[in-house]
Amino acid sequence: MSVQNLATFDPFADEGDPLGDSQDVGSQADYIHIRIQQRNGRKTLTTLQGLPKQYDPKKLLKAFKKEFACNGTLVDDEKMGQVIQLQGDQRAKISTFLIEHEVDKATIKVHGF
Amino acid sequence: MSEEPLFDPSLKKRKKKQVQFTVDPLGADADPTAPAPETIEPTTADGTAVDLGPATAHERMKLNGEGEAAPKPAEEEDIKAMFGDLKKKKKKKEIPMDFGDDSGASTPVPAGTSTPDAGASGEAVEDLDFSDLKKKKKSKKKANFDLEAFEKELKSTSGADAGGDADDDGEPAPAVDLDDDADLGDDPFAQPSVGEVLASVGSGNEAWLGSDRDYTYPELLGRFYESLHLANPSLLSASGGKRYTIAPPSIHREGTKRSIFANVSDICKKMHRQPEHVIAFLFSELGTNGSVDGAGQLVIKGRFQQKQIENVLRRYIVEYVTCKTCKSPDTLLTKENRIFFMACESCGSRRSVNAIKSGFVAQVGKRSRNKTG
Repeated sequence: MSVQNLATFDPFADEGDPLGDSQDVGSQADYIHIRIQQRNGRKTLTTLQGLPKQYDPKKLLKAFKKEFACNGTLVDDEKMGQVIQLQGDQRAKISTFLIEHEVDKATIKVHGF
Repeated sequence: MSEEPLFDPSLKKRKKKQVQFTVDPLGADADPTAPAPETIEPTTADGTAVDLGPATAHERMKLNGEGEAAPKPAEEEDIKAMFGDLKKKKKKKEIPMDFGDDSGASTPVPAGTSTPDAGASGEAVEDLDFSDLKKKKKSKKKANFDLEAFEKELKSTSGADAGGDADDDGEPAPAVDLDDDADLGDDPFAQPSVGEVLASVGSGNEAWLGSDRDYTYPELLGRFYESLHLANPSLLSASGGKRYTIAPPSIHREGTKRSIFANVSDICKKMHRQPEHVIAFLFSELGTNGSVDGAGQLVIKGRFQQKQIENVLRRYIVEYVTCKTCKSPDTLLTKENRIFFMACESCGSRRSVNAIKSGFVAQVGKRSRNKTG
């Protein structure tokens, strides 16, 4: 009788790299990222990336602009998709706005200092 | 443009010799000025357990000893932290809005607007400071055990608890016999709340003495630890006294457009992390770039203040340094198959951590300067 555990072949050998080739290894893609960027002087830029599909970025941008009284634009990025870009530091405002409108708080990540 | 603080609405001028590098013990959700809510959910919205605090009866005892009687000092103690310095502690307390910002989670809530719910954080909320979970622990206790009914008893016996605490803290009393100090706790309650049990054991009238019911596990556990600590008072101080302190980042301005982070290598060494990893995190969080100069200093593009860098470092520590299970900073970061794993040296837990991704970086400045954009 042979002991199966001692068999030398690896049953998972042909499985290959379990992580595959995806670029998203080790990252959570489904977060809404709110970032800040410095411009010249004391100006800043706030970007909102990773908006879930069910929200219309155009409408959201319009609401943001009205609510925060700032200008903003929608940027198409090859990798990140559509990104909302607002003038000034609107990070806290965006996150409270999103939370008030029933976006799950746990999916929002605010970056920056 | 002036050299004055920029980009930080809540910044107050303060002297910063030593900085508390702690995360708000209640997490980002709490306004530190507001009193702690009576019950805190043990989980955050994303289902992560918040209370990473002392889980062993060891620590619980210690907390029980210190926390029960004096919540105010406890709160102050919470503030004492990684960059530990006591005077600073007081200060921080007076300027609570700092805290909203400081809480390792990612939302710097503007001063005044932070309600317990306002501070949004996508991250699991936790603190870096291990020994000061008293408040949280307490509320968790309340949440866990059905304390609704015994709250009154708790109050009525808090005096007795204080007596017991004094004994716990002041006089380690290895010689005191377990059954002799009956003067301490005349707790009448017979309910298996860990805290109460811990408070009541060792006082000679364990809860089960009056009745012929069976002992409950928490009671016996509490009794065990009580006698353990009576026999070995050194255990109590050894378990919770350690604080994770890091020298505050020293940031200077170079010219008007760049900041220098001078002691980055020291801090990395202290955290046992590769400087490259820390720097990558800083850059991705700040949405900027920079370089390391000849003296090992980090030159960051943009104007940043010490406080801002500190916040980012705090977040780094929460995410990549402290063990989520036991909160020990004694961890190793290794990369396997393109994934970073963090292994805890003290509890042996191992978890994967997020890769650092810079995300979208908007184009700033002249377009002609930026060929790729």
